[in-house]
This record gives sequence, C-alpha cells and structure tokens, in this order.
Amino acid sequence: MKFAGIDIGSRSIELVVVEKGKIVKSIQEDTGFDPMAKARAMLREVPYDRIMATGYGRNLFEISFDAATVTEIKAYARGARELFPHARTVLDIGGQDTKAIALSENGKVKKFEMNDRCAAGTGKFLEIMARALGFTIEEFGTEALKAEKNLSINSMCTVFAESEVTTLIAKGESPLEIAKGLHMAVAKRSATMLKRVSLEDPLVFAGGVANNICMRHLLTGLLGRDILVPEYPQGVGALGAALLAGEA
Amino acid sequence: MSEDYKSMWEKLGLDLEAHDMLLNVLGKGYQDIFLSQKDRPEGMGYFDFVMSEVHGLRIKELMDEKDQGRKIIGSYCVFVPEEIALAANATLVGLCAGADFAMEEVEKYVPRNTCALIKSSFGFKLGKVCPYLEATDMVVGENTCDGKKKAYETLKDLVSNLYVMDLPQVKSPMGRELLKKEYYRFKEAVESLTGKTITVESLKQGIDTVNAKRKAIHRLSLLRKENPAPISGLDALLANQVFFYDNPKRFTESVNKICDELEIRIQNKQGVFSEKTPRVLLSGCPMAVPNWKLPWLIESSGAVIVGEESCVGERGTRNLTNDSGRTVEELMEALVDRYFKVDCAIFTPNPDRLSHIKEMAKTYRADGVIHYSLQFCQPYLMESMPIEKALEDNNIPTLRIETDYSMEDAGQLKTRLEAFIEQLK
Repeated sequence: MKFAGIDIGSRSIELVVVEKGKIVKSIQEDTGFDPMAKARAMLREVPYDRIMATGYGRNLFEISFDAATVTEIKAYARGARELFPHARTVLDIGGQDTKAIALSENGKVKKFEMNDRCAAGTGKFLEIMARALGFTIEEFGTEALKAEKNLSINSMCTVFAESEVTTLIAKGESPLEIAKGLHMAVAKRSATMLKRVSLEDPLVFAGGVANNICMRHLLTGLLGRDILVPEYPQGVGALGAALLAGEA
Repeated sequence: MSEDYKSMWEKLGLDLEAHDMLLNVLGKGYQDIFLSQKDRPEGMGYFDFVMSEVHGLRIKELMDEKDQGRKIIGSYCVFVPEEIALAANATLVGLCAGADFAMEEVEKYVPRNTCALIKSSFGFKLGKVCPYLEATDMVVGENTCDGKKKAYETLKDLVSNLYVMDLPQVKSPMGRELLKKEYYRFKEAVESLTGKTITVESLKQGIDTVNAKRKAIHRLSLLRKENPAPISGLDALLANQVFFYDNPKRFTESVNKICDELEIRIQNKQGVFSEKTPRVLLSGCPMAVPNWKLPWLIESSGAVIVGEESCVGERGTRNLTNDSGRTVEELMEALVDRYFKVDCAIFTPNPDRLSHIKEMAKTYRADGVIHYSLQFCQPYLMESMPIEKALEDNNIPTLRIETDYSMEDAGQLKTRLEAFIEQLK
C-alpha cells in the first residue's frame, strides 16, 4: 500500500509518498494563488492508496478531495519521530507559523506553542527582511553569518521591523550586520517558545527556515545544545501525514 | 423580525441603517453557528425565538414596562445585583458588548490597544445600535479592571445616566465593607430612580426570583457532566447569555423545560456528540452576545464544551443568596456575602478561581481546559499563566488562547484548537 501525505503551507506544498515505511516519492511546489489546482496537478503524477492532508490548506483539501486531515503539529511530531526516533522537542518554522512542540517519551504531543495571528518571527518575516536588504532568501543566511558584530533589532512585527531596518540603513549600518540582527531576533523568539514548552533533548529543527544556516547556528548558540536538522526539513510535515495515513 | 419595530427603534434614537446591518450579520451568524447544529434539544426553540427577537419583542416588553412606570437599569458586570433592581420595581438587563461596531469612531475615544469588550460597549453607543442601552433609565458602570474604570470616565460624556459603582480588589474585611457600602449606595440610587422604597418583602422576592434563575442554570450545568453530552456548549452558553436579557421568570421556566428534556435524553443515552468526543472546559473572560467565535471554533473542531468558568457562566451564577433574613439589613448582608464570593480576576490574590477551575474540570469530566483571554485584558491574561502551570501540574492539559472579536485569526486558532483536541484523544 502507498500512503501519501500532503502539506499545504502558505509558501509551498510538499507531497511525500511512503511504501512499507520508506519514502518512495517526495516533491515540492510553490503554493501560488490556487493551492487546490496545484495540489491536483501534483497528485496526478503520483499513485497512492490513501492520503492525509496537513497545513493551513488542509480543510480546503478535505472538502475538495474527501481526505482525512491532521494538524501540522501532530504531522510534524510524527515526521520528526520517524527521522529521529528519540526526538523530544520539535521546532517548526514555516512560512507563516512558528511552532514549538514537546513530545512525550512515546512520541505523543505533550504541549505546543504557536504564534498568534501575525507573521512575526516566521519564514515570511525573514523573506520580507531579505528583500528589504537586497538579498535572495537562499543567500540570506549565509550572508548574515559573515557579519562581524552583533546588532540588536527590537521589533518582531514585520511592519515595525521594516522601518527599523530602514533607520539602521540610514545610520550606515552594514546590511550583513542588520541581516544577522534580524536572524537573532527570530532565533530569540523561537528559543522563548521552546522554553515555554519545556525543552528536552533531542531537539529537531524542521520547516523551511531550518534550511537557513544562520538560524541553525544562532539557535545552537542560544540554546547551548545540538540541533538535529533533517535532510529535507520542509518535508517533515508531509512525511508525518503520510505515515499517519498509513496508521489510520 | 416578526413585527415591525422600526418606529420603536426610531424613537429610541437608533441609526436604523446601521442597526439593520447589525441584525443581518447577527441573523446570519446565528444561522451558521446555532441553527446548523445537529440534534439540538427542542427546548432551544425558545432561545432561538428570544435571539430572533432580541432587539424586537424583548425591547417592546421593556418599553411596555416603562409605560407602566417600571425603570430599566443596564449593566456590564455580574457584580451589579439584580435583586436590588427587582426589589425597587426595576428591570436589570445586560448591555451589548460582544461585537465590533463603529471601530473608527471608537478609537477616537479609547486607545486601539483596549480590550474588545470595552471597545464594543463604546461601539454600540457611538454606532447607535443598542436598543437596550437607549432604553435604560440608568446605566451602571463598575470599577473592575483598569480598562473599564478609565473607560467609564469617558463613557460618562456619552451616556448621560451613567452611575459608577466602586468595587473592592482584595477579599479582606475592608474589601467586604466597601462592597457593602457600595451596595447600600446603589440601593438608594435605585430607590430614588424608581421612587419605591425597598422592603423586606420586595427584597426577599427579588432574591427568590434571581435564586430561581440561578438554580435553573445550576441544574442545566450539572446535566452537562453526562457523557454523551446532552447539549452542546454553544447552546448552553446561549442560555447563559440570555440570562442577562430575558424576563427572569420566563427564563427560569424555559431553562427548566430544557432540563426536563435533557434528563430524558440522558436516560436514552442520547447526546449531541458521540461518547468519544473530547470534553473541554472553557475558562476565562466573559462572552457577551454575539461573541460565539471561540466556542464555535472549538465545537466545529471536534470537541464539546462541558462548562464555562466565566462571568457568562458559572463564575457569574455560582452560589445562591440566603433568603432567610427577616430585615432588609439581614438580606443586604446575605447579598454582600453572595457577591463577595465572585472570583473575578480583578481580585488579588484570587486563589478561589483556580480551585473552581479544578473543581469544574472534575465535576464536568473535562479532558482539558481552554483558557480564553481577550487581547489586552490584563487581569485574565496575567492569571492565565499561573493557571496553566497549576493545571498542567495536576495533569490537566491546558491551552491558552488570546484573541478578540475579529475573525482574522480564525485559521490559526483552528490549527491550535485541533492540535489541542488531537492531544486529548
């Protein structure tokens, strides 16, 4: 039997298919403006027996495809445990949400924290800031790591931070240092969320922002512990959903 | 509306166009949230009727009462004793504060970062859409949180008949003395408004009327401990909300009638959700009509609400007033005793609230607690953190939610609620 998991996020859609516990297919596309059409196109090439949807588009998918759904929180928890069987804490920074999830010894979600309505401290925040400083999102982390001194950014709100960035540029601060300051602000916020759910090792860092090397570096420093990053961090939710589809 | 109330609304000075808009939104919301529920008790038909006539027939009744010389008193808080109003030939009604209205206007008077409930009370006044507020002969404000206290200073210029009641913040003998003095001052104010002196008989009757209303709600609450839940949390919340608007005697009868029906349902093991549905206790800020957002999101995410630890709920209705006093003074003492037990978050410290949450979670067999705070509501937000910790230390899963009346965070809230409910399964 082939089990599919689809994670319809604000920025991208990931589709993972597992068979006998092994990943046999994994694809990713930008969400775009018509996520259901995108999902349909992605599924056309992929045969599966059962599917489970997660991500903010899950409810729409449930209606259009008559599929079961699961929250990102449970899906990420399941996916992270598959990749790191002893994981006790998961940090997922996605396009519009940040989630800190504490797992019990047997892998059940024990407690979680999630940002409220705004995109403060999420992938979207970093993306907008990268653009404001003239970096691509891919190079943002690597460039920020080159900064020599630490600049402190106080605003976490995307709108306020943008004006703070403008002020710093006007003051002649280097874009590299501003970039690092912005990363630090997100890292600190994530660390606070992790501490609120009571952080236990091993800690898995997943979601698209886990690809950012500066974020990984700063979080390791702030938390004073090793962080496990999956090879394909943004696919953890889809993987979890696929596994849960098989267990349903 | 089943009758044409336009001229009545016009006489009350409502903005008819804006008011129509409000009623349309309210009607649609009610349809989507309440009438779409499955297997509702038949007795809810009464509450559907009350809601469909909430700005119509009920206002007409109040206007008729006024014609006969009764006075109408409006209130924003459960600390305003209905017993005293009734004893002096007045009717007490809760005032509208559960929806965003005329926000641009509101923000000329109160800062943006004010809780939705306070903003709403201004919105209904400034937008001229609350017939209750316009029908009142006296509006009672009360010094609970800082937001409300300061807001009444401003509201005074908009509402000419505003009366402000001071409230204690510490449960000490001095605090009790303050409440007692304020209740005597309120008694005199109401007597001078209605021209009727409160007697032992009238006060006892007032106490009995309100006790009967509370008893009916207690009966309803206890039936909710059954599994499967015989009534949805939304419908039970609605009964608790209508508590503040309806004719007390008719309300009591209607709630008791629903309870009779629920008892039969329970015997037949009939419920509104399956037995396996996770059960949650909702605790925190009051939910004034038509603030149904969070309960709606919870119950459409696969859980059932089995109790409300709220002013619009058990915090407001807990405890009856001892009616055995033989003098007005003795009955007033009993009233002070009863109200002084209300465990509002403005009190410091406020340990009773935590015990009540634990006790309710146990009584109603809740699998978890959802703590609801309005954004910028400092007292409940502050309490939510130690409460979360204490409940979790007692192995009661807890989710803290901070939100307002707007729907813009519904998607994120739903994810959090669904994840919490998954956790309870």
